[in-house]
Amino acid sequence: MAVDVEKILRPVDNDFPPFPPKYMTLSNGDDLVIRQIGREEVPDVLKYVEPLLHVERDFYDIVAARVYSELLAYYRYRIQDEYVLVAQVNGELVAVVNGRFVNKDVGMSLHTLGLRRGLRIGAHAFATKMEYHIDVCGQKEVLIVAESPIGFRRWMIEYKLEKRFEVPHELGGCPSWALTKDLFDRARGTLVIGRRPVPEKAMQKAMEAILPPTDPPRKPIHPMAAARALYDQTGTAVMAQGWALEGRK
Amino acid sequence: MRDVYVIGIGITSFTRLEYPLTEIACYPAMLAMKDCGLRTIEQVYVANMGGCRLNHQAGLASAVVDNLGLCPAGAETIENGPASGASAVKQAFLGVASGMYDVAMAIGAERMREVNNLEATEFVATLTHPMAEFLYGVTLPSLAGMFTRLYMDKYGVTSRHLAMVAKKNHDNALLNEFAHVREPITIEGILDSPEASTNNPFVADPLRYYDCCPVSDGGACLILASKEVAQKVKRPKVRLAGIGQATDTQAVMEREEPTDLLAVRRAAAKSMEMAGVKPKDVNVAELHDAFTILEIVESEECGFFKKGEGHKALEQGLTTLKGKLPINPSGGLKAKGHPVGATGVGQAHEIVHQLRGEAGKRQVAGAKVGFTCNFGGFGNNVVCMTFIRED
Repeated sequence: MAVDVEKILRPVDNDFPPFPPKYMTLSNGDDLVIRQIGREEVPDVLKYVEPLLHVERDFYDIVAARVYSELLAYYRYRIQDEYVLVAQVNGELVAVVNGRFVNKDVGMSLHTLGLRRGLRIGAHAFATKMEYHIDVCGQKEVLIVAESPIGFRRWMIEYKLEKRFEVPHELGGCPSWALTKDLFDRARGTLVIGRRPVPEKAMQKAMEAILPPTDPPRKPIHPMAAARALYDQTGTAVMAQGWALEGRK
Repeated sequence: MRDVYVIGIGITSFTRLEYPLTEIACYPAMLAMKDCGLRTIEQVYVANMGGCRLNHQAGLASAVVDNLGLCPAGAETIENGPASGASAVKQAFLGVASGMYDVAMAIGAERMREVNNLEATEFVATLTHPMAEFLYGVTLPSLAGMFTRLYMDKYGVTSRHLAMVAKKNHDNALLNEFAHVREPITIEGILDSPEASTNNPFVADPLRYYDCCPVSDGGACLILASKEVAQKVKRPKVRLAGIGQATDTQAVMEREEPTDLLAVRRAAAKSMEMAGVKPKDVNVAELHDAFTILEIVESEECGFFKKGEGHKALEQGLTTLKGKLPINPSGGLKAKGHPVGATGVGQAHEIVHQLRGEAGKRQVAGAKVGFTCNFGGFGNNVVCMTFIRED
């Protein structure tokens, strides 16, 4: 008798309510729309995450690599109870956040990846993810870790997260921190904002297509490159020697 | 005194620079030497405020001259709080004007982002009065907050005026490739939308996030020379025509009228008098807008507008790039950035750039007279400079 291995490998998702889209106005006046995507839209997101694998700055490389694998696992049915939210400005992808449900009461925050820096876009996307766990799905707490110092400041410090160090997080087994409903309630109106329903035009634009990020994070160009080419940073005056050899004063 | 000209300029991006402080100081110096084509510098002044405390680097000027291959040139580090930059330019000016040197260099360099924002704020707060202010937890944002509240009550400045300064300077910074914060903002996004209080939270009421300058790393350099040397350099002739410096009480509370910035008023007047110009002659100005309120108040104290009417000039658009007196075309400290020791040199760099007609998309048309105000402490040590283009 033939065995359908795929049925064995593929986890069965539990029922959780869908995330109702929301929007907010950014400091530059643009409206940020945050919505949930299904598997069919994952390939569009993957192609914009992939270039960040090579950005050695603020841990973008490791976060992008992990997000890529998590999205792929979601797309190929190799992770249980995962969801993906995208943040868009005029259709442009500016952030991706994802997580999963450990059980009815506990959530596991996976990643927050900003594809445009500044404007608190990543912070808004993270807050929305927490709203999904606590308000929409009625969970009691969400387990969180940060890979970058920026994430640590944004989550652990701004939300005053509680330690759950006895619980290893799914990301590398690192000690977990937790956002409880009580902590979330305290952040309402300050860190957690946004409006519903999303205006029809903005929602339509977001649903039309996931457009590429126009100003994604890039590996910084060495601002001293020209200087380094001319002199040795250790302090030996190679530059002056060069000029002397050229006969310049 | 001899006439003194700016013959070379250089600058780094004002941003987070993950390179040694010495390198941040050397890079703009090399650009400035390249700009004027001169390699022989007799004296180097390096402005820096936090090297010892933030970067474990003392004697910065000695390191810089060695790195630049300028030994045995004289070298001194200048520390005068956030006005260190203009003080270094002043020293270079005096050296050349007195005839002691023909060519002197003023560099400003700072690396503040080596520490976190809380430590950086605490570091800057060390320039407050140690017993009357610092001891009680006073920081520069808190002083500026109290000052802003008084100014609002007395002269009718509102949060909308402050937001207008921020927007103007952010718009200008979008045109400046060296600016730290190149991010467009709208009044709706930072003041009017339901999300504005999160986008733009209070830092020190009534000052909000977008009313405060960022913590920046960066460096800038000016090379000053005598007329004889300047004539040999094939660059537009910009003369440093006037320098004025004035001080005020260290503790703000000891001032008779805390909403008056007397040191700014006196330094600006001295600078313009020395240059032989009046405020109405100035075509472009870089003012020390570490907080948005300061641009408004300094524009009054420098004599550009009547006391209490700076915000009205702002409403009329007089200080925009296309206005009658463009202020902070670089983006100012607000958006270009504020690496404290480098700021004064950076302001002068922008004005020379403007007077040379090389500022690209943010060029102030026909600028002949430029002005800078570098504000130390909370207005307790101010250095102003007036530059004139000579055709």
